[in-house]
Amino acid sequence: MILKKNHLFSVLKKYKVAYVYVAPFYLLFALFGLFPMVSGFMLSFYRWNGLGAMKFIGVQNYINLLKDVLFWKALTNTIYIGIIAHIPILLGGLVLAYLLNSKFVKGQNLFKTIYFMPMVTSSVAITIIFQAFFGYNYGFMNYVLSAFNIDPINWLSGDGSHIKWAVIIMFSWKWIGWNMVIYLAGMQGINKDIYEAAEIDGANHIRVIFNIVVPLLKPIILFTMIQSTIGMFNLFTEPFVLTGNNWNGGTNNGGLTLMMYLLNKAPQGGNLYGYASAIAYVMTFIIICISILLNKTMTREKSLIKRRMLG
Amino acid sequence: MRVTIVMKKLVIYGLLFIVALIMLLPFYMMFVMSTLATNEIFSFPPVMIFGNNLSFNYQNMIEAVNLQKAFLNSMIVTFSSVILVLFFSSIGGYAFSVYDFPGRRILFTILLGTMMVPFTAGVIPWFIMMSKMGWINNYAALIIPGSANAFGIFWMRQYCKNNVPISLMEAARIDGCSEWIIFFRVIAPILKPAYASLGIMQFVNIWNEFLQSLLILRREEYYTLPLLLKTMVSDRGTDYGAMMLTSTLAVLPLLICFLVASKYFMDGLTAGAVKE
Repeated sequence: MILKKNHLFSVLKKYKVAYVYVAPFYLLFALFGLFPMVSGFMLSFYRWNGLGAMKFIGVQNYINLLKDVLFWKALTNTIYIGIIAHIPILLGGLVLAYLLNSKFVKGQNLFKTIYFMPMVTSSVAITIIFQAFFGYNYGFMNYVLSAFNIDPINWLSGDGSHIKWAVIIMFSWKWIGWNMVIYLAGMQGINKDIYEAAEIDGANHIRVIFNIVVPLLKPIILFTMIQSTIGMFNLFTEPFVLTGNNWNGGTNNGGLTLMMYLLNKAPQGGNLYGYASAIAYVMTFIIICISILLNKTMTREKSLIKRRMLG
Repeated sequence: MRVTIVMKKLVIYGLLFIVALIMLLPFYMMFVMSTLATNEIFSFPPVMIFGNNLSFNYQNMIEAVNLQKAFLNSMIVTFSSVILVLFFSSIGGYAFSVYDFPGRRILFTILLGTMMVPFTAGVIPWFIMMSKMGWINNYAALIIPGSANAFGIFWMRQYCKNNVPISLMEAARIDGCSEWIIFFRVIAPILKPAYASLGIMQFVNIWNEFLQSLLILRREEYYTLPLLLKTMVSDRGTDYGAMMLTSTLAVLPLLICFLVASKYFMDGLTAGAVKE
């Protein structure tokens, strides 16, 4: 026993430096990451106003959540924006990367730089510009629509149903460049001969993208999708600033997202700390489910491709 | 055959140019609107050329907000955060890459696991903690918790694995250097490119961070640039010209840095995906 203890000491002493070097991360994570996460889970079973005594109420917060109209509104808004905004971000990113990867294109870096500019710009500043763009009587968007003889859209007020679309447009504009740069890096890793072989076979570009490029880029596309799914569920800044710093998401809660609703329950405005924690855990649960689902589909398809190649 | 190639080129460049225009237009309009009077901004069709109201907008901006102060605050938060993250990430990544200590595997698996967990799960207790610790209106809340960066350690480990020669460490050890000195004198200089990419990533993220700052910083004297911009929307939303000028001045420094060194920025900000 004493021998073992001595051994442990000698190991600790020998690798003291290594443990000291990695310790800060685990200490900080335990304190500021793990502890809040665990206590958030517990808190979701309590009623607490932040000051008085905590009252254990079981799953009551979750039951109330299911009956909460605004929660469903926030959830559907978030998912609606998330699904629709992914289409231009994914497809647009892929097509742009494919075009830039074409052997004709000179000045690749210039285009990449321009497409990437929104990524280094503050979301608040971007939202301020787009707020002016989405003006009803004066905005640039309605000016473009008027050129096509389309009636002006009341983007930010009216019945509130167009706020989501304003957010989608803004979000796609911001993220398309990031996806494009990542996909392009992936495409440059693909052997050029594959494209040429496909071209000789007479395959058109759409088929090349979907039958060759997409399968080969699966892991990278998966990565970007998981990242943007997490980003979507944390969506807050854009709809918040777009509706004039409105915690309710503007007219008819048209731009209310889960993150906004959660923070509005506590600590901003309300003081329903337990309820807010329940929302946070539902969000986390959905994010994890989507990540697992994405991973599953991707690996299944990978094995399908493998089997096809072997057969 | 030649004609089709010319056509192809035309279509490809045409599409790329249209998208480039769409990406540039909001920036251009922001610059334009910061030189316009409010009635010009609200006119239809929109005014798309520079006006001569810049100095008036500037006066209004100075009266409304303290841009220098916010800029300084942003600098303090961002630089402290970047330095801490780089320090902890590099010593952590280095230790995982060169020391074969017992428990390394488990600890590293835990580290990777923490990257999967979204921030959302603990946001409420995190806020309660910050207020209990008296960190409301304190930059520590924005700097300290985030300095434990799992991705940074992971990334530094990959870099050390490929770039740190063990022989160099051994030579330094024979010369009688302590492990600490070895890291600072021998290893840190080798890590410069990794510091640059990770530093840029962290810089951009913290410089533009909004949500946590909104929860933590409640007094205007502590506001960072994104928060300052936000106040212009709520309280002084009618003065679009001054608002656009403030936005322009707030985003311009980082935008210029990006245009000068775009390759490093893109490498840094997409590091997570490409370095799989």
